[in-house]
Amino acid sequence: MQGATYSLPPLPYAYNALEPHISAQIMELHHSKHHQTYITNLNAALKSQQEAIQTADIPTQVSLQPGIKFNAGGHINHSLFWQNLCPANSSDAKPSSAPKLVEKIKATWGDETKFREAFKTALLGIQGSGWGWLVKVEGGKEDRLVIMTTKDQDPVVGKGEIPVFGVDMWEHAYYLQYLNGKAAYVENIWNVINWKTAEERYLGSRADAFKVLKASM
Amino acid sequence: MSTTLLRSFIFRSALRASASASSRKAGLAGTTFVRGKATLPDLPYDYGALEPAISGKIMELHHSKHHNTYVTSFNNATEQMAEARQKEDIQTQIALQPLINFHGGGHINHTLFWENLAPTSQGGGEPPTGGLSKAINDSYGSLDAMKEKFNAALAGIQGSGWAWLVQDTQTGNVIIKTYANQDPVVGQFRPLLGIDAWEHAYYLQYQNRKAEYFNAVWDVINWKAAEKRFK
Ligand SMILES: [Fe+2]
Ligand SMILES: [Fe+2]
Repeated sequence: MQGATYSLPPLPYAYNALEPHISAQIMELHHSKHHQTYITNLNAALKSQQEAIQTADIPTQVSLQPGIKFNAGGHINHSLFWQNLCPANSSDAKPSSAPKLVEKIKATWGDETKFREAFKTALLGIQGSGWGWLVKVEGGKEDRLVIMTTKDQDPVVGKGEIPVFGVDMWEHAYYLQYLNGKAAYVENIWNVINWKTAEERYLGSRADAFKVLKASM
Repeated sequence: MSTTLLRSFIFRSALRASASASSRKAGLAGTTFVRGKATLPDLPYDYGALEPAISGKIMELHHSKHHNTYVTSFNNATEQMAEARQKEDIQTQIALQPLINFHGGGHINHTLFWENLAPTSQGGGEPPTGGLSKAINDSYGSLDAMKEKFNAALAGIQGSGWAWLVQDTQTGNVIIKTYANQDPVVGQFRPLLGIDAWEHAYYLQYQNRKAEYFNAVWDVINWKAAEKRFK
């Protein structure tokens, strides 16, 4: 059996398209180096896993799991991240491109400002590397919206969880431009959030949110 | 202020007064206190002194901004902890523990790190001698073999964290251990030598090429500091 091989999904915009909020240098390194490294390491780990499965080598299969989770998480998270960003001058960058989602945000947090405050607090509270996410949780009487943080490259893959948008809080995501001023990065990222994509993920299924991964196989 | 707290304040002030003369020598002595507060220790060399291994810009931000934030946040958390103790508010005391661990750990780790670095003109990169050298050889065969394992450990950190050469206080052996985020080396293990693997420690100079940083940093390792920590 031949396992899947993943490749780097192209950015849906140019490296400099998110300036001045995220510099072209950051975007280029982040996409072409960091994201690529997760994919390279994921493919290598999956190949080793295939071999371990074929030889019924269970200890090796288990020992490969943290590396698979980390590098697959890195691939999943960055793939979702690129898609939930867009140039600030695009109409997709306006919350009005996500009417249903914004309605739910208001119903959940009171208003958009309170939501952004809560999101910022969660992101700045991450101790180490990680991600901040707005997540739709399915099940129960009705779907809920929650703010989640995940450590390192842990992806949002829990039962009923659909990531709506994510913000990379690793230092490589902002350091060349914002240095230790990560609060300013979190402030500015709102200018380049792709609300149209967020709305689609909010209204869609989990398979819809993750379709970018299938496209990069 | 509770009597226990007051006592610890007096104790620390006294400790500072008696230790100030020798405070820059070794171990955690650089972690000074002013009236019970943690303070940012001075670097024992200039910001640019570790170039080309670590740029002056990195050192300046790392020390004056990152380390300072850990100091400030640790002091905030300990102040809140003291209040919660006074009010016998156990929930708040428990809620504050991760912050104490993270920011206190950040303060301890960076203090040890600055001490276990040195410009080449001050002995940076000169190999260890004596008992520590022997212990490294016993565990790893040679210094170079240890460095190779250490660099592999650094490269294997999934996220932010540190790699340390530690001494097992039970067996006396030296071993390489990695710690996530700012988890400090406490308990069974004694820190001898730490290398910061957070991206802020190298990104401005090395970007994603972290293996180059891990190779270069050995040129400015202060083995004399590690020897003083070794027992
Ligand atoms: Fe990233
Ligand atoms: Fe650091």
